[in-house]
Amino acid sequence: MSERAATVIALPAEHVDADDLMIVNAARALGQLAAAGRSACFVGIGLPSTAANLARRIYDPAPVLVYESGCIGSKPTRLPLSIGDGELGETADAVVSVPEIFAYWLQAGRIDVGFLGGAQLDRFANINSTVIGSYDAPRTRLPGAGGAPEIAASAGQVMVIMRQGARAFVERCDFRSSMGFGDGPGDRERLGLLGGGPRLVVTDLGLLQPDPETCELIMTAMHPGVTREDCIAATGWPLRFADDLAETDPPTAHEIALLREIQAA
Amino acid sequence: MAELLDLRTAVASLITDGLTVSMEGFTHLIPHAAGHEIIRQGRRDLHLVRMTPDIIYDQLIGAGCATRLTFSWGGNPGVGSLHRFRDAVEHGWPHALEIEEHSHAGMAARYTAGASGLPFGVLRGYVGTDLPSRTATITPITCPFTGEQLAAVPALKPDVTVAHAQRADRHGNVQIWGLVGIQKEALLAARATIVTVEEIVDELTPTPGAIVIPGWALDAVCVVPNGAHPSFAMGYSDRDNGFYRAWDDISKSREAFTEWIDRHIRSTADFPAYLRSAGLDSEVAHV
Repeated sequence: MSERAATVIALPAEHVDADDLMIVNAARALGQLAAAGRSACFVGIGLPSTAANLARRIYDPAPVLVYESGCIGSKPTRLPLSIGDGELGETADAVVSVPEIFAYWLQAGRIDVGFLGGAQLDRFANINSTVIGSYDAPRTRLPGAGGAPEIAASAGQVMVIMRQGARAFVERCDFRSSMGFGDGPGDRERLGLLGGGPRLVVTDLGLLQPDPETCELIMTAMHPGVTREDCIAATGWPLRFADDLAETDPPTAHEIALLREIQAA
Repeated sequence: MAELLDLRTAVASLITDGLTVSMEGFTHLIPHAAGHEIIRQGRRDLHLVRMTPDIIYDQLIGAGCATRLTFSWGGNPGVGSLHRFRDAVEHGWPHALEIEEHSHAGMAARYTAGASGLPFGVLRGYVGTDLPSRTATITPITCPFTGEQLAAVPALKPDVTVAHAQRADRHGNVQIWGLVGIQKEALLAARATIVTVEEIVDELTPTPGAIVIPGWALDAVCVVPNGAHPSFAMGYSDRDNGFYRAWDDISKSREAFTEWIDRHIRSTADFPAYLRSAGLDSEVAHV
């Protein structure tokens, strides 16, 4: 383990784990997008919601949190358990109906960033949240696509947050619930999708981004202390690394303190 | 014209075996009391429709009320799996459950078409996913004006839609505010409707963001205070996140689930009795 990784773990009175690294890095990416004027973020529940709420606490301009329950510009003080906790509505700039959020806001192209999770992700950043195994006789029946198909299609760009592991990062999804780059270059354009598709996948090991030519996800950064072997072992396709493979900056005490604050509230 | 009825009478007269029943409420205002009453009355062979079949449909499916489900996301929000839904799909318990699976945007388009009296809805949806190959009710269509390829989905027209709302007046005009979800569309798409409300008031005073559904477009309005629990009614109660978490254990095994349903729903007379039986009356957080 590098010295830098040791420094991270020695953050004052804090234990920092791999999930924290993932959440903090996702929040940073949202902060950068908001600073670049792309702030409207359609947020899934769970890890995306945690990271988006952290970003909202840290950055100014902050991302505008949009939830599929119809909440636009929610500013919750504690992490919501569902996409429709009361506080999301009470703190929103606007609350609209479900048909409106999907038609006027998402499909019409008003969302800058679609922020998704999932059970499986493949090398072209397609996501499965429907079934493990066959559709007719599933080994595991997952919740289903929900809002993801149209978020992945229509948001200006897509960001994914998922724990990296060989069973989750697969050569090919058992079911394609939402589209990344399909089977490779040109598929999104051929199908006429409005949005630009996945730009960044944030994991507990580092960052992956699509190769501009092949659309395949390649490792562009690793968190402190993570090795190439760790990443290869946690990926179900022959993983490639960027020539200028970077190391993510360790989380700051401020980032971790704010994360603990929203988790504890 | 809406009739003010007790919930038992409304369910008995409008919901019979084999019907297509929609119960909506996107996290907020989920009509749990009405779902329980359907279980109590032992309805069978229902085609259940709901965007997010969460605990309410886990209970109906596990209790054997449904043989078909049309939906877009079936989980316990923020907690995990719906164990009874999964057991039905994966193992056919208590019997097989035929599923028709859409996306949220597709379901929204289907309800909107149903409410509009149109045969189908249209959306920029499902493109590049495996859903169209598994769901017969998703069909590509070409825009006659621009040539753009879009998805067509048939109107949803439930036999009965059930919703919960904050309040109604004595004419059955219903007022809903907060996360209004898709209840308006689901109610107006249905042949018959039941709305449970927190209270009946003399006058529906204006409330920010509220919608009113005229009583003459509805069939039955029933007063059931806390009738959305563990969901919530903005202005009346908070979401009982503790029960959503507790449901994971209650529903994990067939035995524990059945015992819970028998004891707290099938053996109680109504929703207030259920809340007392399950020790939940103190968990309803009034605001």
